[in-house]
Amino acid sequence: MIDLSKTIDLSTTYLGLKLKNPLVASSSPLCQEVANVRRIEDSGAAAVVLASMFEEQIELESDELDRFLTEGSELSPESITHFPELTHRVMGPEVYLAHIARCKQAVKIPVIASLNGTTKGGWVGYAKQMQQAGADAIELNVYYIPTDPDLSADSVERTYVDLVRAVKAEVRIPVAVKLGPYFSNMANMAKKLEAAGADGLVLFNRFYQPDFDLESLEVVPNLMLSTPYELLLRLHWIGMLYGNVKPDLALTGGAHSATDIVKAIMAGAKVVMMTSALLKRGISYLDTLSTELLVWLGEHEYDSIKQMQGSMSRNSVPQPRAFERANYMKVLSSYASR
Amino acid sequence: MSSPSAVTRPKVTIDGNEAAAYIAHQASEVIAIYPITPSSNMGEWADQWSAEGKTNIWDTVPTVIEMQSEGGAAGALHGALQAGSLCTTFTAAQGLLLMIPNMYKIAGELTPTVFHIAARTVAAHALSIFGDHSDVMSARSTGFAQLSSCSVQEVMDLALIAHAATLEARVPFLHFFDGFRTSHEVAKVEQLSREDIRAMIDEDLVMAHRARALSPEHPVIRGTAQNPDFYFQAREACNSFYLATPAIVQSVMDKFARVVGRHYHLFDYEGAPDAERVIVIMGSGAEVAHEAVEAMNAAGEKVGVLKVRLFLPFDTEKFIAALPATVKSLAVLDRTKEPGALGEPLYVEVLTGLAQAGVSKRVIGGRYGLSSKEFTPAMVKAVFDELHKPSPKNHFTVGINDDVTHTSLNYDPAYSTEVPGTVRALFYGLGADGTVGANKNSIKIIGEETDNFAQGYFVYDSKKSGAITISHLRFGPKPLHSSYLITRASFVACHQFSFLERVDVLKYAEKGATFLLNSSFGPEEIWDHLPLTVQRQIIDKQLKFYVIDGYEVAKQTGMGGRINTIMQTCFFAISGVLPSEEAIDAIKHAIKKTYGKRGDTVVQKNYAAVDEAVGHLHRVKVPDKVTAQFDIRPAVPANAPEFVQKVTARMLAGEGDELPVSLIPVDGTFPSATTQWEKRNIALEIPVWDEEICIQCGKCVLVCPHATIRAKVYDTAYLEGAPSTFKAVAARWKDFKERKYTLQVAPEDCTGCTLCVQVCPVKSKTEVKHRAINMVAQAPLRDSEAANWDFFLKLPETGRDTLSMNQVKDVQLLRPLFEFSGACSGCGETPYIKLLTQLFGDRTYIGNATGCSSIYGGNLPSTPYCTNAEGHGPTWSNSLFEDNAEFGLGMRLAVDKQNEYARELVARMGMTIGEELAEAILKADQSTEPGIFAQRERVRLLKEKLVGAVTLEARNLAAMADSLVKKSVWILGGDGWAYDIGYGGLDHVLASGRNVNVLVLDTEVYSNTGGQASKSTPRGAVAKFAAAGKPVGKKDLAMMAVSYGSVYVARVAMGAGDMHTLKAFLEAEAFNGPSLIIAYSHCIAHGYDMAYGLEQQKAAVNSGYWPLFRYNPDLVAQGKNPFQLDSRPPSIPLKDYIYNETRYTMLVKSNPDHARVLLEEAKEDVASHWKLYDYLAHESFAAPQEVKK
Repeated sequence: MIDLSKTIDLSTTYLGLKLKNPLVASSSPLCQEVANVRRIEDSGAAAVVLASMFEEQIELESDELDRFLTEGSELSPESITHFPELTHRVMGPEVYLAHIARCKQAVKIPVIASLNGTTKGGWVGYAKQMQQAGADAIELNVYYIPTDPDLSADSVERTYVDLVRAVKAEVRIPVAVKLGPYFSNMANMAKKLEAAGADGLVLFNRFYQPDFDLESLEVVPNLMLSTPYELLLRLHWIGMLYGNVKPDLALTGGAHSATDIVKAIMAGAKVVMMTSALLKRGISYLDTLSTELLVWLGEHEYDSIKQMQGSMSRNSVPQPRAFERANYMKVLSSYASR
Repeated sequence: MSSPSAVTRPKVTIDGNEAAAYIAHQASEVIAIYPITPSSNMGEWADQWSAEGKTNIWDTVPTVIEMQSEGGAAGALHGALQAGSLCTTFTAAQGLLLMIPNMYKIAGELTPTVFHIAARTVAAHALSIFGDHSDVMSARSTGFAQLSSCSVQEVMDLALIAHAATLEARVPFLHFFDGFRTSHEVAKVEQLSREDIRAMIDEDLVMAHRARALSPEHPVIRGTAQNPDFYFQAREACNSFYLATPAIVQSVMDKFARVVGRHYHLFDYEGAPDAERVIVIMGSGAEVAHEAVEAMNAAGEKVGVLKVRLFLPFDTEKFIAALPATVKSLAVLDRTKEPGALGEPLYVEVLTGLAQAGVSKRVIGGRYGLSSKEFTPAMVKAVFDELHKPSPKNHFTVGINDDVTHTSLNYDPAYSTEVPGTVRALFYGLGADGTVGANKNSIKIIGEETDNFAQGYFVYDSKKSGAITISHLRFGPKPLHSSYLITRASFVACHQFSFLERVDVLKYAEKGATFLLNSSFGPEEIWDHLPLTVQRQIIDKQLKFYVIDGYEVAKQTGMGGRINTIMQTCFFAISGVLPSEEAIDAIKHAIKKTYGKRGDTVVQKNYAAVDEAVGHLHRVKVPDKVTAQFDIRPAVPANAPEFVQKVTARMLAGEGDELPVSLIPVDGTFPSATTQWEKRNIALEIPVWDEEICIQCGKCVLVCPHATIRAKVYDTAYLEGAPSTFKAVAARWKDFKERKYTLQVAPEDCTGCTLCVQVCPVKSKTEVKHRAINMVAQAPLRDSEAANWDFFLKLPETGRDTLSMNQVKDVQLLRPLFEFSGACSGCGETPYIKLLTQLFGDRTYIGNATGCSSIYGGNLPSTPYCTNAEGHGPTWSNSLFEDNAEFGLGMRLAVDKQNEYARELVARMGMTIGEELAEAILKADQSTEPGIFAQRERVRLLKEKLVGAVTLEARNLAAMADSLVKKSVWILGGDGWAYDIGYGGLDHVLASGRNVNVLVLDTEVYSNTGGQASKSTPRGAVAKFAAAGKPVGKKDLAMMAVSYGSVYVARVAMGAGDMHTLKAFLEAEAFNGPSLIIAYSHCIAHGYDMAYGLEQQKAAVNSGYWPLFRYNPDLVAQGKNPFQLDSRPPSIPLKDYIYNETRYTMLVKSNPDHARVLLEEAKEDVASHWKLYDYLAHESFAAPQEVKK
């Protein structure tokens, strides 16, 4: 029996990091446990993105701790406080930073830290601390939902660009930007981020839209795992951007099978990030995926991942218009003709 | 040994408790404690230092253990001492009394140890948490030496002297200092170093202690039982040790002087060397006397004060030697009262000593300062003046007006000895607003950044919601002996504008003082918003007046409603105690130190607030005449009863000190229902009813912790004369269709907790955030809603016999007989108590364990238990912390006995009272409200018939006739009582079979003493003495009671099942035997927004943490399973419940790995408990079917 792993090269590069394959465990609660990170490596992932550190959450938790410790104090001469004194600083990025360090010690694969900031100072400061803690790269998880109707698209885009520029100016390690698709011109946005110094673009963030509970009349959080249907949006934009922007492209959201991975690579992704598939099927599914990937490449006589990278991007297909408006029209007409 | 001059010791700003704990922790190996005010902090410090890994002078971390009671702590300590450890403990008041049996043993066995006591009043006619010497004086006969400290510095010094002396003397020591006045006074002191402590503790003596330890390696027996032939001689065998102790103490004091530089003596004299009049005193009062003596001598008098340090063993020779030879008369002041004795202990000791020595002096004795009653230089002067009289009063009191037995001395309150050049500042803050914390920081800053001496003392009012805190800060270049409150302030800050209408905040401002006010009114408009009294004093006293809109600055800088650091900055800016930049730097340094562990964001926001503060501070140009048309509101309305007008109102107005003895009840008995007269106006927002969408479910009424939202159903005719804004709609009751329904809020009593809004199930169909009740600003509604409330109260109550008691909807119409308590806003306990009073209050006895529920239930000035229109209501009493179950049982025994005797008399006197009535009384079915109502009527008739009867039987029956109406006995308390200190008694009472109802208000922590862990504290929760998360699971008290099979047991959570709670209360009361209800009570000590308390209760049940169940032994006879599991299997993860609360998340942040382990274990607890309950709930209790042959 032929050992496909010896004849087919699955390796890729991402953010300048040499990876043994394009499988990356994306930022998720799974990565909060060092043991899981170790299992992710054991199951064949080439890199791991740690769960995001949210500046807003650190602030909120600090504020709440301060509030509740204070609210429970100075109430009466008998109960001047209600909690034991904190013995050390408990609020702040320390726990996350220590987690980076522990993961780095635990695994050999690159560890990418993920950061969601709210203030410029927070983005830059925490990014520097992540670098110091040993992260191999940083993923800026820009999860931003503008609610101010007076805020223009231009200002929003400028916010992204400014923060990437600011972080890049302060850290040595590569910086990727994870963002959503809701820009007037995604390609232009990608160019701006490239100009700001982004080393990679992670496409796309998923926005967790809340649901309505009609009995309690409450807006409730609604966390749904990604489905393979979400892959198409990512394929579309990665295919569009590949070859037109310098940053490495990573696909995240909607990849559930080896063929999804193949599509992502062909569109132009350097790596494919996964969470939902692992949550559904377990971390060991990574092992299955890499085997299936090898089999697919073997069956289809590909020598390497690099060979197929971007092979079906907009620039590489004979009819680029398939990526454009005509495609939309065709889809509509195909429904109409049924 | 280091030379005192060669050593520079750090100056620290700490309170007396920390000073004592610092030495005790350094000089001990085993520390066993139990929390009790005001000593709790000493144990907490020791626990914290050990948790942080701080070592003692032998470089090992002392073991600290919290026990189930002080008795337990003393027992553990006794054992540890016998096994050879160096041990200490901290306690006060009843706690010390619980230790007394062990103290006899420890002293009898000549065991060196030191107990540090924050001396506190022993409860007599009433409980008091404040300071006097009644506790230590109760321990005089134990054989412990008693060493007294007068100030924070002395606490640290004499604590060490005690630890050193006990080892040499082998006599155990009580080291005591005044509760609150010294234990809680923050002062700048010189901290002794570890080298100092090492130098003082003689290692050979330590070795000797260890050598005396019990050990199987060289066994001895100790603790024998002895007989008449032997015991007496053995008791005398210790004499030589006691005879030697004073000299040993003095030699240790001499050694301390060589090591540290401060030289103490058994008795230290201060004053004129040729004084003729001398006061003998110990504790903080000695400092006051010291200050007064200096001032009086400076004014040409010749007086002195003798500070007693070693009270026991009393060394007469040294006492006499310490007095100037010129002394002619002595006044001995005791801070305790021993009714019936010839005199108080220090007086008797002095008198006896002088008599035994054959020294003749005039000696008078007097009492002062009981329960932290102020003791001032003016009072000291009054005592000296009394000594001047040809026939001075003996057994006098000073500081009160005893117009009954005329013991009190007159004094001139205007007499002051405040040291010139001392800055004296008063700050009025709101409880929990951080004012006290900021002021403690200010004292530290001044103490540590300048050469000034500094002192801070903090006064709280008796309510836990909307409480006023008053911080008293002194600092200046001269040593401060002023152990009394400031009454001549050079700086007054009022941090809450609303206080101006409640309190005369400028009463103590001296002429030319500075007044800083936090107000949303700017410098131009503020004047027109000040009450008359305030305006007048600003003008008359020529005050420099500043305003700042602290809330605006807080809002701008992300501080929310926190203004403490803003006001602190203004204080420094105005007072000029430090150069501006230096002050700002120091404040920021203090902020970093105080809040740094809570995260950088908190620090940064505080920094921003500090930076913004001064820019918003404005000096007000004071007009030259008073223009106000309104004044400080009267403490109570004019229609309040006489007692409330004469007594309660004075206390509410802060004039309680001026009440004469003649106005005080002689035996601690007070009229109830007095909170209704205290209109506190503390809610910024109050709930407003939307009558259009309300479904009249009554949930809001049920959960209101302060009984400020109420409902009535009444005939339309009663609406005549209603205020124009009074709301009424058609009642949604099948039986009351023709009547009106009103839901009314008491606007001046509401605390604004919003629980009612949170529980409201109605949401507007057009805007879901709008409910059937919604929070609206109080101020514009205050007058109209107050009028509506008054009108509402006059509407008739709905007849109890027409209501279904097992429906929440109907229960809302029952008048609560517990209202407007001082509990925390949003309290999770009080809704249960209120429900109890609605259901059974008119015939209920309540025995209440000491704790939160006894404080909001019975702390003066005003108390919340009240009466219905007939004048019936709960009768309430608090005995102790540890004995409450027994106390309640005693009530039951009395009630049952009275009922039994009354029934016997009714049976015997049938002829007199009428056979028909007698039979009806004896056969009455009182299982329902109509049945009880009918019996009340019969008893009324019976009493009418007995009027004028002269036989002894008739008089006895008349006296006990009320016992023929069914009575309900309720035993209330928290988990500290039920799970820990009172558990033995509770267990016995549950096993007694008697018809008592126990309600455990389970907050899972000692809430009242500040959050110490109890055996109810759940696994993984952080509490004091469980800073690393409670490592073991919560005791299942309910199942322990279930195991008897004869106790009704229910576990309830009102937020998760209000009907279930209601059912449990009704069943418990109906059960003719002991009942136990364990009620989930959310608490400020859990660390989350109390508005979500009911949501958390739901989460507790849904996670399986708090399964609801009822165990009713009566069901067995019906062939039913007595165990009814009333909640569904867990439906949410445990973490979705617990991680909403700071008590759990603190650990996640401070030690995530350990938190994870404890979470897993806690999940297993939930699973195993559920498995057990589920099993019990599915057991078959059906009678076995007959086997057919």
